[in-house]
Amino acid sequence: MTDNTPQIVAFCCSNCASAAANVAEGMKMTMPGNVKIIQVPCTGRIEVLHLLKPFEEGADGVYVAGCQEDSCQYVTGITKAAKRVAHVKKILEELEIEPDRIEVFNLSAGKGQEFVEMAHEMTGKIKGLGPVLP
Amino acid sequence: MSEYKSGSNLEKVLKAGHFAFTGECGPPQGANVEHLVEKAGHLKGYVDAVNVTDNQTAVVRMSSWAASLILLEQGLEPNFQMVCRDRNRLAIQSDILGVYSHGIRNMLCLSGDHQKFGNHPDAKNVFDIDSMQLIHTVKTMRDEGTFLNGQKIDVPPKLFIGAASNPFAEPFDFRVYRLAKKIAAGADFIQTQCIYNMDRFREFMKRAVDMGLHEKCYILAGVTPMKSVGMARYMAKQVPGMDVPDTLIKRLRSAGKGKIAAEGIQFAVEQIEEFKEMEGIAGVHLMAIEWEHRVPEIAEMAGVLPRPKV
Amino acid sequence: MIVAEPKPIKEILEMVRDLKKILIVGCKGCVTVCNVGGSKEVAILASTLRIAAKKNGKEIEIGEETLERQCDPEYIEEIKDIINDYDAVISIACGVGPQFLSERYPATRVFPGVNTRFMGGAIEHGIWSERCAGCGTCVVHYFGGLCPIARCSKSLLNGPCGGSNNGKCEISGDVDCIWDIIVRKMMEQGRLDELLEFKPPKSWMTARDGGPRTMTREELVK
Repeated sequence: MTDNTPQIVAFCCSNCASAAANVAEGMKMTMPGNVKIIQVPCTGRIEVLHLLKPFEEGADGVYVAGCQEDSCQYVTGITKAAKRVAHVKKILEELEIEPDRIEVFNLSAGKGQEFVEMAHEMTGKIKGLGPVLP
Repeated sequence: MSEYKSGSNLEKVLKAGHFAFTGECGPPQGANVEHLVEKAGHLKGYVDAVNVTDNQTAVVRMSSWAASLILLEQGLEPNFQMVCRDRNRLAIQSDILGVYSHGIRNMLCLSGDHQKFGNHPDAKNVFDIDSMQLIHTVKTMRDEGTFLNGQKIDVPPKLFIGAASNPFAEPFDFRVYRLAKKIAAGADFIQTQCIYNMDRFREFMKRAVDMGLHEKCYILAGVTPMKSVGMARYMAKQVPGMDVPDTLIKRLRSAGKGKIAAEGIQFAVEQIEEFKEMEGIAGVHLMAIEWEHRVPEIAEMAGVLPRPKV
Repeated sequence: MIVAEPKPIKEILEMVRDLKKILIVGCKGCVTVCNVGGSKEVAILASTLRIAAKKNGKEIEIGEETLERQCDPEYIEEIKDIINDYDAVISIACGVGPQFLSERYPATRVFPGVNTRFMGGAIEHGIWSERCAGCGTCVVHYFGGLCPIARCSKSLLNGPCGGSNNGKCEISGDVDCIWDIIVRKMMEQGRLDELLEFKPPKSWMTARDGGPRTMTREELVK
């Protein structure tokens, strides 16, 4: 965290979240600069290790933005991602790190505004928690 | 040679063709001998033998053989219970020799509740042999005069061998066969699980009689009077292998406040009356749990007094 | 396979509290199949320990290795050139792994990173169930191909006990009563008479009760 701006990594599904990002761009809405987006073909392939690595590298928060559970492009991709996020929450808890530092969000392609809002929401929340490191 | 297998009072009563009536007494969770003597005292003269439970529900209590000896001193005949959960075949055989040496003549062979239920769930269990094999062990020691390894016993223990049967546990169709298996393994008498579902029990006994099991073994029907609606519900839901019909719970409830216990006793008495007439039933095993003082009254109402002297 | 589960991270952190250079060693055998001790899990544990160290402001160096197996000396040998670079090893193989490592590298401290649970299989992805107790004398053919020693809570050979409840064991509604399954299967197969035969006490001599076990097959010994 530099100047009280948290570093956040967002894993975004290319089927919904990226499309939503395009919509947001069309609406001239800007993403906060502290959120680093990693586009993935499907959130179902994000492993526990991928979710841990940003924390290891100094990130203050991580989130996954994927499809709605009932309309996932690859059927169960987002469900799997949600379970892995839940697992990482447990690991963080055991490390006495706030589990709220990792979240999963559901989107659909048209929701440009929501895509940007979730970035702000996460930034606000992590700011409230402060940095991971002492 | 004696005409009896063990010569216990229970065996003599049964062999003489009397309707047997046995009671039960759980040893204390401590060394409170006074309390045990008091509880057992209520049964004296009202039952033919008293089952002494062995760490029942896997809760640590005074050992069953020790409590049995105390009962013996009080002039009661114990039916020493042993479970396979806490002992291996060495301890089992040596305890059998021990209890026999001290005058115990009846023994009930059980698997034992899993320790997970009890007050030492972290314990390691034994289950070296199962209840069927325990029956067989006691029979081998008595009739062959050998230990399980075939070695001769210098003065073999002569015990009247009991086993349990749960007519209500699943799979129902197999239960009567398992009873047959216990009898074949060496059981001289059977005490059943507490009976509440009379329809199902009648069906079970019909099958047992059809197979001629009642001619090979004395079957004692298990009766536990309900003290309250709460107890009935607990038995129905929490106790594995227990079948408590809703009609009984309704009957108890409709007896009204202050009269439920009396209704529970009334039902038990009706059961005993029916068992006296039921083909294949040689007696009743009354498990009045922490209600030993009500046993004389129940025995009186059920018309099983006085107990025969044989 | 041998089924294991991760140890709580707190327990592992406590074990290696004062150590700075740690080698995490995985195994490509059973524990890879049950997703607890393969290369993936080595990386996850390494990352977790690094995060913990960072959070606590400590310097830590973690090496990651995954061996073909930890139950064969030839693979244990593969880390001989690097093991001395570390203060300690965390093995996330079954209980065999840390012991083979300890025996081969007597100067190195070895910690177990998983709890070995049982011999069993995956009944579905993510759910494992016990099947074998390793008693050393298999008798499943008497019981419809199912093992009452491993799967009955009381290891009854003449079951089922009176605690069988609607197909479930008295210890828990989540545990199947294997005897209920055995009886139904034997009845369906018309083999009830076999179950009526008394099964005598089992010899536990070939099980753990006979003492720690070693097996020699002369035709294979060099």
